[in-house]
Amino acid sequence: MNRAGPAWLFLAPALLVLGVFFLLPVLAGLALSLTDYDLYALADLHNLRFIGLANYWALLHRPLFWAALGHTLYFVVVGVPLSLLVSLGTALLLNSSAARMKPLFRTILFAPVVTTVVAVAVIWRYLFNTQYGVVDFVLVHMGLPPIDWLGDPHWSMPMIILFAVWKNFGYNMIILLAGLQAIPAELYEAARIDGASTWRQFRHITLPALSPILVMVGILTVSGYFQLFAEPYVITQGGPLQSTVSVLYLMYEDGFRWWNMGTASAVAFLLFLVMFAATAVIWRFGETRGHAA
Amino acid sequence: MSRAVKPLLVNGALMAGASLALFPLFWMLAVSFMQPGEANSLPPPMLPLHPTLDNYRELFAHAGMGRYFANSLLISTAITLLSLVCNTLAGYAFAKLPFAGRERWFGVLVGALVIPAQVAMLPLFLLLKYVGLVNTYWAVILPAMASVFGIFLVRQYARGIPGELLEAARVDGAGELRIFVQVVLPLLKPILATLAVFTFLTAWNDFMWPLIALTGQQHYTLPVGLASLSREHVQDSGLMMAGAVVTVVPVLLLFLALQRYYLRGLLLGSVKG
Repeated sequence: MNRAGPAWLFLAPALLVLGVFFLLPVLAGLALSLTDYDLYALADLHNLRFIGLANYWALLHRPLFWAALGHTLYFVVVGVPLSLLVSLGTALLLNSSAARMKPLFRTILFAPVVTTVVAVAVIWRYLFNTQYGVVDFVLVHMGLPPIDWLGDPHWSMPMIILFAVWKNFGYNMIILLAGLQAIPAELYEAARIDGASTWRQFRHITLPALSPILVMVGILTVSGYFQLFAEPYVITQGGPLQSTVSVLYLMYEDGFRWWNMGTASAVAFLLFLVMFAATAVIWRFGETRGHAA
Repeated sequence: MSRAVKPLLVNGALMAGASLALFPLFWMLAVSFMQPGEANSLPPPMLPLHPTLDNYRELFAHAGMGRYFANSLLISTAITLLSLVCNTLAGYAFAKLPFAGRERWFGVLVGALVIPAQVAMLPLFLLLKYVGLVNTYWAVILPAMASVFGIFLVRQYARGIPGELLEAARVDGAGELRIFVQVVLPLLKPILATLAVFTFLTAWNDFMWPLIALTGQQHYTLPVGLASLSREHVQDSGLMMAGAVVTVVPVLLLFLALQRYYLRGLLLGSVKG
């Protein structure tokens, strides 16, 4: 019986969509990044020239690109561990035998994940407003100096990181909670009989059991956080003093505001390279830790 | 830690976490019912003094929110239905229909997940521009009609369908398409519900691609429309919060109603198997 025929018919719609609207554009993007595609080429393709790696070379000499990469790395390096800590903390709380009303708390803590980034970013802008925002009001009440979150380039990125933690921690919380629930209770009982403290149980039972999940969740979160765009677009518009211009924000401005699509494509591929390298490092780290344990 | 203190600490911490998670949403709701200027006063009011629907009236009457809402609903529904068809067909084929190089092809698909979607956005925009689809609903719907995540999810679930069931149907002389519709689809119902909720929420919340592909106000989705409004009405908290409510509440309600399906998708999608 020949079933290969039907198989390809079943696959055709999805593969066609992915091929035409993803694979093809990715390959075209690579080609585009080697050209000087700009507003003139958009008007008339005869103005298009092949310029090799000149876009990449120019980017590596452009301070704003390095600044954008720096801001994005700041966001990833501070934001991801902070998010994972909050996720792990809330997952441990929800998994605790002492916790009441677990389904309710789980739903509430997860709620920010399903909200629309743009809408909650709009809320964030008001919460952190210097004149009448709730956050500064609370700070002043606690005897602390108010912070100009939206106007001070030192505080704009921390504010966006707080936003990302609030918005995203619930996602990994659910995954880590499932991991915690899969750890056999006998392991903890045996440890208690041996007189192991709560901290030692966490250190020697919980963490090793969770580590494959933590690595996976870490990789997913890192690649998600590298794609920072909507938050600075809505909350700060890249400011103040370009302190929240991320790599994708730069790509968007270059490509769709100034129509330098060759340059913007090069930005996109450089981001891809950096993301790939970063996730590969975490992957290797997880592998070696896995063998050592 | 003493036995009496631990429940207090754990539940206290959960309570604090839940309050922090909910506060911005609560405040959004409260401010959306405030009079103009009321939210911009000190101390920040927690509840509207004289609740009013003026902000909502203004949004729908003058800011085009009704149009954005309809656009979002149309685009998200279309994406959900169309991608459900494509992803289910492909996921089932990868799980149950033998063909040369099946595992390799699937590996290629999953491998493609490392490429961020934004890498494709510039050429995709040009492609759609040359065929005249920029600033149409199709510009957003077409690229979302299939997803590796969706195919992966269906494949994981469909692998659990017993092969004997399909063989029996084949012996009875049923064609592959009939087997798919009459035998496979009913068995896949739970995962289809999961995939539908997931896809709808993702489509509804999506921002960057609609921002690029929908250049005219008449096609804006809620997030794009709201972002554009927020640049014009920076000082008008009440109006912006009402806009946020209109955008967020539908997905929150959908999530609350179908939470079980959504969370299952999240767990299935994150466990490699």
